[in-house]
Amino acid sequence: MAAIAGRGPTDSTLRVVIRDFRLWVLFATAALTIVDVYLIFVVAPTDQVLGHIQRIFYIHVPISILSFLGFLVCAVAGVGYLIRRGEIWDRVAHAAAEVGVVFVTLALVTGVIWARPVWGVWWTWEPRLTTTLILWLIYVAYLMIRHYAPTPQQGRAWSAVVGIIGFVDVPIVYYSVQWWRSIHPVQVIGPEAADDALEPIMARILIFSLVAMLALFAYLLLERVALRGTEDAVSVIRRQGTYD
Amino acid sequence: MRLLSATFAIAWKDVRLEFRSRDTIVSALIFGLIVVVVFNFGLNRAPGSLGPAAPGLLWVAYAFVGVLAMNRAFARELEQGALDGLLAAPVSRDAVFLGKMLGTLAFMVLIEAILLPVFAVMLDLPALSPVLGLIILLATIGFATVGTFFAAIAAQTRSREILLPVLFFPVIVPVIIAAVEATALALQGGPMLPIWTRWLPLLVVFDAVFLVICPWIFGFVFEG
Repeated sequence: MAAIAGRGPTDSTLRVVIRDFRLWVLFATAALTIVDVYLIFVVAPTDQVLGHIQRIFYIHVPISILSFLGFLVCAVAGVGYLIRRGEIWDRVAHAAAEVGVVFVTLALVTGVIWARPVWGVWWTWEPRLTTTLILWLIYVAYLMIRHYAPTPQQGRAWSAVVGIIGFVDVPIVYYSVQWWRSIHPVQVIGPEAADDALEPIMARILIFSLVAMLALFAYLLLERVALRGTEDAVSVIRRQGTYD
Repeated sequence: MRLLSATFAIAWKDVRLEFRSRDTIVSALIFGLIVVVVFNFGLNRAPGSLGPAAPGLLWVAYAFVGVLAMNRAFARELEQGALDGLLAAPVSRDAVFLGKMLGTLAFMVLIEAILLPVFAVMLDLPALSPVLGLIILLATIGFATVGTFFAAIAAQTRSREILLPVLFFPVIVPVIIAAVEATALALQGGPMLPIWTRWLPLLVVFDAVFLVICPWIFGFVFEG
């Protein structure tokens, strides 16, 4: 692991692997997303009650779920960094948090767009909305901390600990807000779902959409990790004048 | 035993420092009062309507005052390299964390105890209840644990005054919710059951989780 961490030959080999793999993920993402848009706007039936606005949920639900995946990856990679000390761990943690923040921002925006016609208000202090907003605040603070750190090493360690604390806090925030008040549509897939909550065709499109968004998530993550590697190399060159 | 004695030594040092200078405690008390006065103008639009908002106001004031106290706790260590001395001391990082946390806790509980009767008068609260005391203690343990941890990070940056609240408030949301809801129930004198089945257990879980995690990762705050 130490070899991956340093700036040795292993690091560049890993970078080559990431670069090649990244292209394939990009192609897969593009193909899946185009099909996904077709499924959402052409194949999916219009919701009898909500109308066309319901189609936003094929994007909203997957990106909400995947933002959690981003924060999970961030926390796990943070623990990995604190134990193994490889810079690659930190790059993955940072990239996952950034992608997570982008996804959670989009989840909030799509949620607000959906809420206006359906609930009659842009925003309401409903448990899932509130939890998501607090999640957003926690991880924006996570991204800020790196810029405030006097040295890059402190930035990496501080980010890791804030990522861990933030992730541990999420379920506690969720339950506290849940008890505080509850009008979000009930969960439609998973163990709590009622049998007739969702048309089979809608459920299938939702799952396809989840796969497409997962590909996008993976692509953004890989791209960002690789870019972080390049950024670190540039800052080394700036400091030392060479890179070996 | 060694951990305990080191912890209390560090906490006692902070408490003594505070009593000798007394500058933070006075400004914290005045600030707590100012928060209530200012929020009064924001919330009390119709005469006598502050009642339902009173528990929230109490906890907003406590949280703001807490941030002030925590910023001081580590800012003081930075003067004349005291922090280096503290870290170089032959005690574990756990003792440093718990000591600073206990010092902050004692300081905050003292301020809250002084402010409570004042708020009780201003907000017309029946403030002398043992349940409220328990709520305040448990919530303040949560504040002090998370706050001490983030203050240790924020103190090492140039913009500590802004960084601490940005880190602290989102994480502390469950404590604020539980404390406000429990306080409202305790002051209403209505059904007390949700306090015991819901809000106090939530505070205990929050405190326990962060009392385990924060000392565990505290050492990483001082690298580099």
